[in-house]
Amino acid sequence: MKLLYFAWLRQKIGKAEETLDVPPHVKEVGQLLDWLESLGPNYATALKERRAVKVAVNQDYVGLTHPVKSGDEVALFPPVTGG
Amino acid sequence: MIRVQREDFDVGTELAKLAAGNHQVGGIASFVGLVRDIAPKDSGAESAMTLEHYPGMTEKRLAEIEAEAHRRWPLAATVIIHRYGRLEPGDRIVLVGTASSHREAALESCAFLIDWLKTEAPFWKLEEGPEGAKWVEARSSDDARKEAWKK
Repeated sequence: MKLLYFAWLRQKIGKAEETLDVPPHVKEVGQLLDWLESLGPNYATALKERRAVKVAVNQDYVGLTHPVKSGDEVALFPPVTGG
Repeated sequence: MIRVQREDFDVGTELAKLAAGNHQVGGIASFVGLVRDIAPKDSGAESAMTLEHYPGMTEKRLAEIEAEAHRRWPLAATVIIHRYGRLEPGDRIVLVGTASSHREAALESCAFLIDWLKTEAPFWKLEEGPEGAKWVEARSSDDARKEAWKK
């Protein structure tokens, strides 16, 4: 699974993207965030405030119960502030 | 038309294109977003910002927002140009232009596009203030403006 991080999530996690082998029990976005938190203090800090973490799967906004699978492009980012 | 680019754009040229060769266009509405200086007036400093985006998804979301405007209003042509990278106070950030036979469609769809863009398009602003760089926080008033268009 390809993970992309933007804005302060990228800074806190310390990288812009990575490809991870996600364990089989991770089937939804919420489970993915829980699992990512366990990868290290940088992830835990970045994902602590869940309300501020938006998720896109394959470039579409999704909720926490949206399914994820290997091969997906999953992006994590704060609420957008363009315009 | 959607463009996400580092370079500046010429507002007059872009708006003229919306009506070029189409004499059914009766009016063009536009919104130009600029970098506002957030440094205190007496500080002597100027606050630049850096705009980050999500290549691929940004263009996709903008195209969807543009298509939604065309569903809601009879539009002859539309343009959305949004810049990324480091920008100084006074620099142009975004252009929304809408052309229609009548002014209501042009003006309303232009407001709709900028309101939706602000809450939907994946861009993030990092402001360079006197106390260092700070990510701009999303405003609930922007969400409220977007919600109002759902009616």
